Formats: sequence, C-alpha cells, structure tokens
Amino acid sequence: MKLSYYPGCSLEGTALDYDHSVRAVCLELGINLVEIPDWNCCGASSAHMTDHEVGMRLPMRNLLLAMDAGLDILVPCAACFQRLRAADKALRADPGYWDLRKYTPDFQIIHISTLLARPEILEAIRQRVQQPLTGLSLACYYGCLSLRNPRITGAPNWEMPENLEKIVSATGATPVAWSHRTECCSGSLTLARPDIAHKLVGDIIEAAKKAGAGALVTDCPMCQANVESRQMERIPGEPLLPVFFATELLAAAFRGEYPVKQQKVHLVAPAILTDFFAQSGPAREEAV
Amino acid sequence: MNPEYVSPENGNEKFLQKLDTMGIDVHACFQCGRCSSGCPVAEYFDLQVMEVVRLASYGMEDILLASKTIWLCAACETCATRCPNEIEIAGLMDVLRSLALKKGVVPAEPRVPLFHRSFLDSVRHWGRTYEIGMIAGYKIRSGDLLSDMKLGMDMFIKGKLKLLPQAIKAKDEVRQIFSGKGKEYER
Repeated sequence: MKLSYYPGCSLEGTALDYDHSVRAVCLELGINLVEIPDWNCCGASSAHMTDHEVGMRLPMRNLLLAMDAGLDILVPCAACFQRLRAADKALRADPGYWDLRKYTPDFQIIHISTLLARPEILEAIRQRVQQPLTGLSLACYYGCLSLRNPRITGAPNWEMPENLEKIVSATGATPVAWSHRTECCSGSLTLARPDIAHKLVGDIIEAAKKAGAGALVTDCPMCQANVESRQMERIPGEPLLPVFFATELLAAAFRGEYPVKQQKVHLVAPAILTDFFAQSGPAREEAV
Repeated sequence: MNPEYVSPENGNEKFLQKLDTMGIDVHACFQCGRCSSGCPVAEYFDLQVMEVVRLASYGMEDILLASKTIWLCAACETCATRCPNEIEIAGLMDVLRSLALKKGVVPAEPRVPLFHRSFLDSVRHWGRTYEIGMIAGYKIRSGDLLSDMKLGMDMFIKGKLKLLPQAIKAKDEVRQIFSGKGKEYER
C-alpha cells in the first residue's frame, strides 16, 4: 500500500517521536509513505478560528500539492486531519469560489486510526506483535478532532468510537470502558488559559484512573502534549497517567522492547510500559 | 445585557446575511440546550452556547463580539455535532471571532487572540509552526512571562521544542494566502 503522508507541524516538534513511530509502524506493515513535498502548516486551530479565508486556503494548498501523486493522504494529527477534510469538502462543493476550474481528485483523507483499525491491518498487527501487552489496562482517549464534527470528519461512530480500542486490543492490552473518551482537553486554550486546561485534564485523568487505567492511549498530538503537560501542576498524591500514542504502543509490541530514548520523551514517567518490558517475556533485557 | 435592547428589531441585518451566505442557520434553533449541556468550557462562559445562537438569530452582533465566550470556545465542535438541527455552531463562533478582530472590538479575554496572532505570525513567516518563536511571541505580547517557564524548559530538555524553524520553500505562496490576494480580499 502506498499513501501520501502529511505529518503536520507538531510531528516536527513537540510530537517528533509520533512521526518516528508512525513511520516505523507503517514500514513494518508494508505501508509506503510518500511525504507531500513542501507541505505547509494547516493553520489549526488559530487560522480557522479567526479568519475563514486563511483557515481554508492553508490546508487547500496541501491538497493541491497532493493531487500530483493522487494517493490517499494519511494524517496522524487529528487537528490537521479535520482541517484537511474541511478544505477538501469546501473545494468539492464550490471549486470556483476558491479560484479553481475543477477539483475532483479521487483521494481520501485518512486519519491514522481509521487506517490501523481496518480488519486486514488489525490482522497484520496481530501477526507482527512480538511481545503482547497482556495485562496492561489502558484508557483510549480520542479527544475531539478526529471525530467532530462528523459532517467534516466522516467518522461513523463519533460518540462511541472503536478504532483505538481495536488497535489496543490487537496489541494484547486491555482497553477499559470509561467516560471521557471523546471529551475535549482544551488544547487550543492551553497557553492562554492554562487554568482551564488544568481543570479539563484533571477531570480526564481522574475518570481514566477511576476506570482502572494505568495510562492513556491517543492518536492526537495536541491531546498527548496537553494532557501530559497539564498534569505537571497536579498536587502530590493526585494520580499521574502517561499518555502514549497508539503507534508508540504498536512499535514497542512489534520490537518487543520499549527503547530508553522513547521513555525519555514523556513528561509523565511511562513507568507502566517500562516496567512491563522489564518484567515479562524474553526480550526485556534489551529494554533496560 | 439590556433586556430592552435585546430584540430582532435592533438586529444587524448584514451580520444575519453573512451567516446566511455561510450556511449557518441560526434560525433553526429551538433552544433544546444540547449544545450548552455538552460544552466542556461552559462553566467559564459569560454567555452559554444556546444564548449565543439565540442572540445571533436576533442579529445581536455587538453583544456577542464583546463576550468572553467567543474567545473561550475551544473549537471542540461538540455543540455542532450534537445539535439536532445541524446548526454549524462552531462555525458561528469562528465568524464571531473573525468579526471581532476585523472590527477592532476590545476582546474580553485578550490573551486568547494574542495567542492566535502569535501562532499565525509564525505560520505566515515560515510556512510552518515554529513553536519556540510562537511561544516567545505570545509571552512578549501578553506580558505573561512567568507561567509555564518550568514546563517550557522541561519540554526543551526533552527535545520537544526545536531550536530552529522548519521553513518551507514556497514561503511566498503562504504569505499570499495571508495577504488576502485576489477576489477574496472583499469578503
């Protein structure tokens, strides 16, 4: 399988390791990624929140760049995914308004979990797992923008999504049933109103803890950064949960180890995964 | 809010026309309250989401542009998703923020638009987000120099913040988008 790849700015910065794990997992699964040449920022969320034209034209430039390859576009960032989908929808509805004579590419814009949760990919994942993550209880956390709103994202189960649970189950770990899977973490407000982010993240962590989860698993780089960083102000004694990318779990399960380099990028110590690989199975020595 | 003033008779027709051309049908609201009850930031709002929609349908643009709510909305799209009449409420919030900036309305939550401006300056300049530059720009503009200093240092030490920007080749194309080239200039 060959796909166009739009990493987005986070995956060059705060979520650089997400880019690495997406590429590693796709390589392992035989998915060939072709990065869109000279892609630009999609503007999420500041552009569309303050200027409709800029908010549409930034992602549109990327779609026009991807037309040459004509391949389906894989997007690991939920915010970028939602903006590219919104731009694609607007272009298809009225290309003339956006100064194009026609716009009829047959590519799809696909968020990473939608790809990984396809039945044939799940089967490939199960076959490649070297070290099943048996016994780990994890809370799948979707956040907002890979799901909402469904008129843009095309998500089939926006209130009760299943993709992350399917992926986590394929690694052998146990997804917990919990309340805050699709609640907002207020990532777009986190710098300007850290107090709001602190409150919302606190609610999410408490809910995951109550359901018995030892960590969160997400597919959004905004959520990963915000939910880990806004736990830093929690008072001693309050639970802290690391937030893993789904592809980070997959990469570890495929390799049978959780590399030290990867452990170090977390702001909340990923002890649950470090300890797991230190304690079980034949591959753990390499991890330490 | 002056109750005498809040009336469709005092509404701004141009504002209603703009919503109409953008396909935001605020008149379809029957005040069921699903938008407000699901909003994750509702407790920080001065106007609840269902009030925003009703005031918009009256054309009460000035009240809306002066509110905290338009800046504290996190664009999570829960409201638009759950609206039984599929009103594009998140799109309405986008229009309100954009109008407030164009009209120079003093923002009730000034730090939020300063963040947006810092972020977009970075994109305009490099074509991609330059996180350290964006954060520094926001800190200087907002005067909020102290909060998150430790967090920023921790992230830098962990290699999460790149020292240098990742510029694209066709920076001019992105700058043209920001300069509003062509017919879109009038919109």
